[in-house]
Amino acid sequence: MIEVSNLSKHFGAKTVVNKLSFTVQKGEVLGFLGPNGAGKSTTMRMVTGFITPSKGDVTICGTSVIDQPKKAKRHIGYLPEAAPLYDDMTVLDFLKFCASMRQLHGKTGRDAISNVIDTCFLENVAHQSIHTLSKGYRHRTCLAQALIHDPDVLILDEPTDGLDPNQKHEVRQLIKRLGETKAILFSTHILEEVDATCNRALIIDQGNIVADGTPSELRKQSGTDSLHDLFRDLTTKETEQV
Amino acid sequence: MFTIFKRELKSYFTQPTAYAVICIFLFMSLFLTFTLGNFIKTGDANLEWSFFFWHPWIYMLLAPALGMRLWSDEHRSGTIELLGTFPTTIWSAIVAKYLAAAVVWAIALALTYPVVIAVNTLGDPDNLTIFSSYIGSFLLCCTFLAITCLISAFTSDQVSCLIISCSICVLLVVIGFDHVARALAQSFTEATTNAIVSTAVLDHYQPLLRGSVRIQDLVYFFTIIIACLVSTSAILNAKRA
Repeated sequence: MIEVSNLSKHFGAKTVVNKLSFTVQKGEVLGFLGPNGAGKSTTMRMVTGFITPSKGDVTICGTSVIDQPKKAKRHIGYLPEAAPLYDDMTVLDFLKFCASMRQLHGKTGRDAISNVIDTCFLENVAHQSIHTLSKGYRHRTCLAQALIHDPDVLILDEPTDGLDPNQKHEVRQLIKRLGETKAILFSTHILEEVDATCNRALIIDQGNIVADGTPSELRKQSGTDSLHDLFRDLTTKETEQV
Repeated sequence: MFTIFKRELKSYFTQPTAYAVICIFLFMSLFLTFTLGNFIKTGDANLEWSFFFWHPWIYMLLAPALGMRLWSDEHRSGTIELLGTFPTTIWSAIVAKYLAAAVVWAIALALTYPVVIAVNTLGDPDNLTIFSSYIGSFLLCCTFLAITCLISAFTSDQVSCLIISCSICVLLVVIGFDHVARALAQSFTEATTNAIVSTAVLDHYQPLLRGSVRIQDLVYFFTIIIACLVSTSAILNAKRA
């Protein structure tokens, strides 16, 4: 479903992503791990077609994001890291706008909106203006727009960031549930989340894949049965970068 | 494209922006018509000097004030990332957002209808000239709006966008004045001076106020508008490359 081959991104002389290749199949939840600045968000932005890769290609459900961006984007639901929203709209108006952008009109659109309002627990705030929402609700509203067209592929950039423990649990359960029928790529800093939700995890550091495997394989690889130890061993610490 | 257009237009009216711009425009244009424009005293059934003459001066501040959020706001709030991942092209988003801002100005201009009624009640004006003046005024405003749209693609800071856009609009107006042309002639060759002065917006605006719809003036306005929108697209694509 998601096929990334030799994906690279250079900003000037700096290489942010270096020849990344991986695939995510239907029914698979791939955790994307790495320290800050490792190239996770840049990779996800390239996968969604928001930024153009310097080299390489991304294929979504058999369609190249570079050659046929409009067609490929129809299959993708994307939750950006900062969960950006139009603050001047109400939650319902925003979801109507997103439904319309996804060509969901009339009854189909209304059903899609009502589904995501249920899925993301937004009933209480549906008529509230977005600028008055708490961080948790903002995140869930943005997640709702990613799910509105029932996409085959979900790209979630730190979907549990800023949520309270209850909300984190709900979102993890949701990702797990959705992962049964979709291909999901999601980034996180929280290593426990990998165990809770992922079938497979990638650790990237300075734009390169440094580990790839199921959570249990990765723990074995650490030698101490700890993902934290493996993460610390394989990634560059900020103090080492100077 | 229509979805983005509708959202943008609605957002102008759910926030105070459109109301503020429309009210200030109506107040300023009518105030200047009846004070400095001497509409009543001159006793001329003509809106060229009393009403439309002041529009460039009002637009040079208000058009950037309305347009400064076009892309700056998308950059600042990060919503450009949403727009960029919807199955649509960036070009349709540019056109939709630009048209929504232009429609707000069309509404503002339409609301000056009392002055047309007044001049028809008091005298016997040439209404076709008034119509061509409205077209000129709208094209001028759309030109300033397109310039603002381009500047807003560069920055997420709305204040910088406002200042830079206003400066460019002021420059386009003042280089049409004779004493500016004379000052330029002292520093540049005649050909360069002529080339600079030919970009002045007033030289293309004033014929329309006199009822003369010339191809070269329409080409001038549409060239700037299209060039700015195409450049906006290039800048936004370059930012994502």
